Amino acid sequence: MSEAGQGKKDAGNGGEDPRYKGIDRVLKRLQFKQDGLIEVLTAAQEAFGYLPEEVMIYVARQLKLPFSWVYGVATFYHFFSLKPQGKHNAIVCLGTACYVGRANDIVDAISKEYSVEPGHTTPDGELTLTTTRCLGCCGLAPVVVFENQVLGKETPEGTVGKIRTVLAGGSLGTVAAGQVEEASAT
Amino acid sequence: MRQQELMEMAQNERDRQSKYRCRLLCCASTPCISSGALAVEEALKKAVEAEGLQAEVETVATGCLGPCSRGPLVTVRQQGRSDIIYEGVTPQLASKIIDKHFKGQAAPELEKQAIPEDWPFFAKQTKLVLAESGNVDPEKIDSYLAQNGFTALLHALREMTPEEVCAEMGKSGLRGRGGAGFPTGVKWDMVRKAPGERKYVVANGDEGDPGAYMDRTLMESDPFRVLEGMAIAGYAVGADQGFIYVRGEYPLAAKRLEKAIRQAERKGLLGSRILDSNFNFRIDIRMGAGAFVCGEETALMQSIMGRRGQPVPRPPFPANRGLWGSPTLINNVETFGNITTVISKGATFYASYGTEKSKGAKIFALAGKVNNTGLIEVPIGITLREIVYDIGGGIPGGRPFKAAQTGGPSGGCIPAEYLDVPIDYETLQKLGSIMGSGGLIVMDDQSCMPDVAKFFMEFCMDESCGKCGPCRGGTVQMHRILDKITNGSATMEDLDRLQELCMMVKETSLCGLGQTCPNPIYSTLRYFRDEYEAHIKHHQCPAGVCQFTEKPLKIAVA
Ligand SMILES: Cc1cc2nc3c(=O)[nH]c(=O)nc-3n(C[C@H](O)[C@H](O)[C@H](O)COP(=O)(O)O)c2cc1C
Repeated sequence: MSEAGQGKKDAGNGGEDPRYKGIDRVLKRLQFKQDGLIEVLTAAQEAFGYLPEEVMIYVARQLKLPFSWVYGVATFYHFFSLKPQGKHNAIVCLGTACYVGRANDIVDAISKEYSVEPGHTTPDGELTLTTTRCLGCCGLAPVVVFENQVLGKETPEGTVGKIRTVLAGGSLGTVAAGQVEEASAT
Repeated sequence: MRQQELMEMAQNERDRQSKYRCRLLCCASTPCISSGALAVEEALKKAVEAEGLQAEVETVATGCLGPCSRGPLVTVRQQGRSDIIYEGVTPQLASKIIDKHFKGQAAPELEKQAIPEDWPFFAKQTKLVLAESGNVDPEKIDSYLAQNGFTALLHALREMTPEEVCAEMGKSGLRGRGGAGFPTGVKWDMVRKAPGERKYVVANGDEGDPGAYMDRTLMESDPFRVLEGMAIAGYAVGADQGFIYVRGEYPLAAKRLEKAIRQAERKGLLGSRILDSNFNFRIDIRMGAGAFVCGEETALMQSIMGRRGQPVPRPPFPANRGLWGSPTLINNVETFGNITTVISKGATFYASYGTEKSKGAKIFALAGKVNNTGLIEVPIGITLREIVYDIGGGIPGGRPFKAAQTGGPSGGCIPAEYLDVPIDYETLQKLGSIMGSGGLIVMDDQSCMPDVAKFFMEFCMDESCGKCGPCRGGTVQMHRILDKITNGSATMEDLDRLQELCMMVKETSLCGLGQTCPNPIYSTLRYFRDEYEAHIKHHQCPAGVCQFTEKPLKIAVA
């Protein structure tokens, strides 16, 4: 970016929005090294829930990288999302063991029930349906992650039932006590 | 830290442990945690406190024991007695463990959950890399030191030159566990001899193969072993900086490694002047962000440097020009897990396991349609039958075995007639599969082979990085044809076209992803061609999976 390096902070964003603080902290820790781009983007996504364009522009300026470079990296990795995510996220594992256990039927069932394609969010912003490649819990296949809990040995009806309960304001209860820890690069 | 201090610390921890009459080892790796292991551990601790037994009984969170589908697992280790392992423990059962073992009360519902001592799942395994997994507390360095941790590094630094370490690796016959089976000693020697001021060591923990979680388990269960292996590698090749690239889906592994690195640094087992020598070695973690192709070594290095994880042509090989243009040693995490065994027990001991050309033991993630799923470590050369029927306990419902899939999207299927061949690098290759990183998925007669091929092709299509044309376009076209076969609109010409495409993509792709992605098609065609033909000619799916909703387009020939 041609104006890269001008001014340490972009007053418009960096000054006010507290969410930029998390990004700044990581930037400082990495001493503004360009090699740290993925870590910075991870922090940004944690702060914002996704990667809005302004945030990518901000990161590009701070690291003195072209915007296209940052955009290229952000779109390459599956973890980064350029669109806001739903309030709840149902992640269906499609690893081999889950595939053999017919996880596809679970995806289809959720997809049909909420008219949402994998990778998309319902129009009301309530539910995002995501598929992933192997969470490494193959002994519990098929596996679904919902409300940050790993649910094992799922069935299409069972999963849809749990989603329905949670969307209606209920909780998963103690179906599975396992809490997946937040992915964090720090 | 000096040698004496290391020995003292280990002894102190051993003394501390032996003060307890009993230790309750609670598996706390991802699968057990998702079945509720943390609540069980809590319940155990509470029950111990309630009975005032804190001075006699210690509750420890350990790594993986193996039979993941049976979690949560609790091991009761009493002095002078053999271990008792309980499966499927709930918080209610946890208090029964205290009742039974410390209050002498009968607990029939608990006894049902005890795993028999001679259970073939354990009896048939050889644990070299996973020896301490399920035994040590992965979050406490003392626990690792008590099991002679870091003595291999000490031995290498004091008694061996870097050349000798490389030679020892060569002698052990250890081959890379990342998939290709490249001799580790040769690779280390290449990096050692490569000219360069700075050198790097990288542990590949990207583990993208669906159905494989050996590396995750090792990082979660025995992180210090991986760090020690990397440090020995650093000494052998002359590197002072290491990176562990952890797959983004593995936050727990990253957290434990991070903790392990801090503890090792504080004790002077990583960092500057390690164990009072002139050797400096630092390790940093890099998190992946969800891209299968980043497991490929050149792509992985791009990703460590913060770029798009796209492969670059080799040569130059990483051993000569890797990270930031410097010589770089890349090995799989499990490969690093083998290093301490080779150094401390000796190459000859290590080479006594395995077959002539493939030494040691290999970890497999056994999953799919078998009764006992989980993580196993077996000597290379074991037969598939022993794995599926003895360790795995056969197929649920007594259904027939159809095939085992190894090597993930780069591998293939082994059909029933080869149940008795030894599993090693060469044999699997001859059968059209590969050893791969260790995923082993068992399929029964309800799996449809063209559909399996389609599953893997969809994976490769999604994960192709898009840099080279053959892979980017070829995977899409191959997937389309497989889709046609499974929905009923394919003709026999499509099958020929599919094979042509396989050949083209295999021969012309830039990296291993494209070069190996036709393997699942090749191998299912080789052993199950009749299934493809049944789909195309008769619109029949012998496994009953595919719905034939389409018809072939009739093109009128003028
Ligand atoms: C598409 C692709 C994916 C790969 N994924 C992994 C992986 O997940 N883990 C791994 O250790 N090696 C993986 N490899 C192999 C690495 O490129 C490299 O050969 C390996 O890390 C070398 O380590 P080793 O000598 O210890 O086996 C992959 C290769 C390709 C072509």
